[in-house]
Amino acid sequence: MLKDITLGQYFPVDSVIHKLDPRFKIIDTLIFIVMLFSGNYIWNLLAGTIFVILVQGLSKIPFRMSVKSIQPIFPVLVFTAILNLAFIDTGETLWSWKFLKITEGGLQTSIFMICRIILLITGSSLLTYTTSPILLTDAIESLLSPLKKIKFPVHEMAMMMSIALRFIPTLIEETDKIMAAQKARGAMLDNGKLLDRVKAMIPILIPLFVSAFRRAEELATAMECRCYQGGEGRTRLRQLQATGKDYCSLTICLLFLIIVILLNCIYN
Amino acid sequence: MENNINNIMIRAEHLWFRYPSDTEISGNATENNWILKDISLKIQKGSFTAILGHNGSGKSTLAKHMNAILIPEKGDLFVAGMNTREEKNLFTIRQKAGMVFQNPDNQIVASIVEEDVAFAPENLGVPPAEIRRRVDDALKAVRMYEYRHHAPSQLSGGQKQRVAIAGVIAMQPDCIILDEPTAMLDPQGRQEVMETILKLNREQGITIILITHYMEEAALAERVVVIDNGEMILDNTPAKVFSQMERMKALGLDVPQVTELAWELNRAGFQISPEILTEPECIAALEKLL
Ligand SMILES: Nc1ncnc2c1ncn2[C@@H]1O[C@H](COP(=O)(O)OP(=O)(O)O)[C@@H](O)[C@H]1O
Ligand SMILES: [Mg+2]
Repeated sequence: MLKDITLGQYFPVDSVIHKLDPRFKIIDTLIFIVMLFSGNYIWNLLAGTIFVILVQGLSKIPFRMSVKSIQPIFPVLVFTAILNLAFIDTGETLWSWKFLKITEGGLQTSIFMICRIILLITGSSLLTYTTSPILLTDAIESLLSPLKKIKFPVHEMAMMMSIALRFIPTLIEETDKIMAAQKARGAMLDNGKLLDRVKAMIPILIPLFVSAFRRAEELATAMECRCYQGGEGRTRLRQLQATGKDYCSLTICLLFLIIVILLNCIYN
Repeated sequence: MENNINNIMIRAEHLWFRYPSDTEISGNATENNWILKDISLKIQKGSFTAILGHNGSGKSTLAKHMNAILIPEKGDLFVAGMNTREEKNLFTIRQKAGMVFQNPDNQIVASIVEEDVAFAPENLGVPPAEIRRRVDDALKAVRMYEYRHHAPSQLSGGQKQRVAIAGVIAMQPDCIILDEPTAMLDPQGRQEVMETILKLNREQGITIILITHYMEEAALAERVVVIDNGEMILDNTPAKVFSQMERMKALGLDVPQVTELAWELNRAGFQISPEILTEPECIAALEKLL
């Protein structure tokens, strides 16, 4: 059952977007986010919507996947809407009841906010849908490498991330085994009061931690045996290589941003 | 040729070792906590040596000396003539003497097969095109090339262990030390790994040091070294070692089943040599007997 968890929600299909350099995809996503928040006007939402639909189409990611990405933040959306409706008090009053009052300004802000959050989530989910976690790690390491100058442990961080990715399936499998073993001994993991269930987790977590520490120690020795000596002087099998398509994607994103800013200046 | 220094892969000279924690706990160290006691050993280049011994006898500790993970407390160990004590030799030694461990899950670093194989050459600063070539060659040598884009979690135990071996081959080592590489595998996985090891030894001339609990695997080696409580007590050909049935049993070790059969027959007065290691040999000897 635990095995069904998908990692990093990568959705491997063959598309132009999948093939883009992950570093450019990260930068493109950042520009997209800046564009969404560069003003509080209809142009931001309009451009954002066009952008998401465009990328969605090019990436061959099924529409239901994007809908799925919004599901977990649904409570946040509702909460944001209520908060904005209840507390923003500008413009004409549209509806009031006792001390509650909904104003034009409140309605507008909450609709804007909801649209913006939906676009933010669907847009940035497209990054993780179209890029494998390993490539993302590589790209982050490469983009952050200037920070090495101020002694920020960029390589170590990326190595930690990739080892975590490597061991998540192993540890999940192990958890499944331990759970089966404890159930066979009569542990009640699926029913009972909340407190009982939490207590029942302890005999699962302890062996899991013990084994994780043993694994970590063995892995460290194995890495030493394979001449690991930190990031210095290390080369990579997979080289991230920017192509014309990557620069093209960057240009398109920048164009979106510039046009939105211009429209905001002219029409407001 | 025997004594030509260039033909020696690994040379231990009066090697003594104990884990530092032991000396700290007992304050003044007693003689009892030595894990390795006065080990002297020469391993020829291109040879295939098996190391036997019951649990806790110090086999893994000795193996870790052979690529400078551990350093002797007394005595020396040389890998291809380089003393493991000298810091400057460290990475050359580890590159020349690769190590494969028991649990494949705990030595695979990357989440894609080919990237894991690339790990060591990446650490050594090999240029990308050369890494690509080495990775492909290493994966072909262990017959895992078709799986290069798989995740390790999708592979069987024997396949994972072959990937671990490929990860070592990619360093282009002269010697591979395998510490119970088949202990966690099913019979099929064991066979795959043993075939791979033999092939590397015969076709590429890589020196093999195999620590194992399976006597049938040790019987494939040219030489068997037996360690008991940190002492090297036997060092001979598999036939000579296994034919000392009573001694082996007293050490808590097995011998291959066919050797045991031949030994029993020999003791019962039949004209059969107790130095029999494989099934075909045994069948031939039995046919002669009939
Ligand atoms: N890291 C360690 N610290 C302290 N003692 C150890 C350590 N590793 C092994 N030992 C001890 O050293 C002895 C030999 O262990 P080992 O070399 O692993 O034996 P083998 O591989 O033959 O089973 C054992 O008694 C073990 O308890
Ligand atoms: Mg051991």
